[in-house]
Amino acid sequence: MLDLSGVWKSFNGQDVLRGVDLSIGQGEFVSFIGHSGCGKSTLLNVVGGLLDADAGEVSLDGKRITGPGPDRAMVFQNYSLLPRLSLLANVREAARAARPERKAAINDEVVERYLNAVGLWEHRDKRPAQVSGGMQQRTAVARAFAVGPRLLLLDEPFGALDALTRARLQQQLIELWSHESETETVLMVTHGIDEAILLADRIVVMANPPRPSVLDVIPVDITRPRNRAGIIDEPAFRVVQERLMALLSAEEPAAA
Amino acid sequence: MTIVHPTTTEAEELSGGAPNVPAPPAKKEAGGRLMRLVSGIGWASVGVAVFVALWALVARSSPDLPTPAEGFAALRELLRYPFYDLGPNDKGIGRQMGVSLLKVFKGFAMATLIGIPLGFLMGGSKRAWSAINPIVQILRPVSPLAWFPIGLVVLKDVASAAVFVIFVTSLWPTVINTAAGAASVPADQRNVARVFNLGRFAYIRHIVIPHSLPSIITGMRLSMGIAWMVIVAAEMLAGNTGIGYFVWNSYNGGSLAYVISAIVLIGIVGVALDAMFMRLARKAAV
Repeated sequence: MLDLSGVWKSFNGQDVLRGVDLSIGQGEFVSFIGHSGCGKSTLLNVVGGLLDADAGEVSLDGKRITGPGPDRAMVFQNYSLLPRLSLLANVREAARAARPERKAAINDEVVERYLNAVGLWEHRDKRPAQVSGGMQQRTAVARAFAVGPRLLLLDEPFGALDALTRARLQQQLIELWSHESETETVLMVTHGIDEAILLADRIVVMANPPRPSVLDVIPVDITRPRNRAGIIDEPAFRVVQERLMALLSAEEPAAA
Repeated sequence: MTIVHPTTTEAEELSGGAPNVPAPPAKKEAGGRLMRLVSGIGWASVGVAVFVALWALVARSSPDLPTPAEGFAALRELLRYPFYDLGPNDKGIGRQMGVSLLKVFKGFAMATLIGIPLGFLMGGSKRAWSAINPIVQILRPVSPLAWFPIGLVVLKDVASAAVFVIFVTSLWPTVINTAAGAASVPADQRNVARVFNLGRFAYIRHIVIPHSLPSIITGMRLSMGIAWMVIVAAEMLAGNTGIGYFVWNSYNGGSLAYVISAIVLIGIVGVALDAMFMRLARKAAV
């Protein structure tokens, strides 16, 4: 479905991505993990069409990606809601702008469904500044789903939240992805090893400079539905966790 | 970006009631607040008393300077009939103040109407910034009074020339602060606009304007503050009507007590104007 071949990207002469090759199938949930500066967010932005690769090609269903589009919605780390709009208007305006061909009634229905799904329908008239960070990020998640993208791109979506809120949002995300949505495929950049294992079908480990690229791809063979409490007892959980730890500590930047 | 400097402290000050900062808990309810008010007024009185005492001291050694008592008497006299009108050269101080305020508002309004769109243009486009910024930087440090002769020649009317001077005065801070605000829209907000395919109009309305509103208001507040200072000088030059003319006329008539009264009143009006913009800024903070 999503194919990356030989993707290079550098900023100010410093390579951030060196020849990334990756194929992601329809319906997969893929996590990207690695140290800061390994280019995982850059990779997500290239897929999102916010950055152009210097070399190489990214294509979705065989069509080359040249810019942002409604088939790929993003959730950013710092929520990035529009400050003057209510939560409802944030979701509605984004869905309307991204999917102008939709009828208004259908759009409103979709918006209501996803705001309900993230438990914010009763708070819909509040502004972002009036609600917590967790609620803002749930709004951003609803906004992304409401567009009805094929591909959902999450850039450390829960990084700024406290542990409890993060756990609740992970659960909501999985539920939305598995029952609620036409959104089939998810790419998520994360710092959390446990989060990656809990959510993903495969985990892409990125290497640091000077050779920033895909270091390894680790499948997570744990049946769904998974939950936080139960997953720790799975033998596969420990195996994947130790493998990730080993890879990441070998990658520890020497200078740091 | 050095030009943004003078406004950063203002902006910080203005962001006092900014998003995500919960309202401070009501401090020890009414009793504490009353105490603080009383203490504030008390210390302000001490400050004024010391200032007046110094004034009295200086007035003693300089017989031409009115004493505080003469100054206050003049102020009371002026405020007894502030709005009388006995022909073009003899008007009450309230009326003169009104004439000056009207000129300031006219020039300020024109500067705002032109300055904000110009600032958005500069902030939104690197090319527009490069084209306009050098002109702004060269003209900004020039005393606006230097424009007075040009206004006089082109507009052929002293009052209009004064309005023109106020327009020039008010333009730069508004343009610069609007541009700085519009240029500093965070990358994430721009990315949201791209990912969700927001149109240009929605982008300006939902992202650029909310984001730059605090700096726009700061710019307007700075503009108004300088305009209120410059109008006095412009009217002294124009010698026609307004509070600046009143000051100059009183000096020519040998009444420094009137000059001092006018200074006090000009200051009070200036504080009121500034307070208006402070309120506006607090309202604009989401």
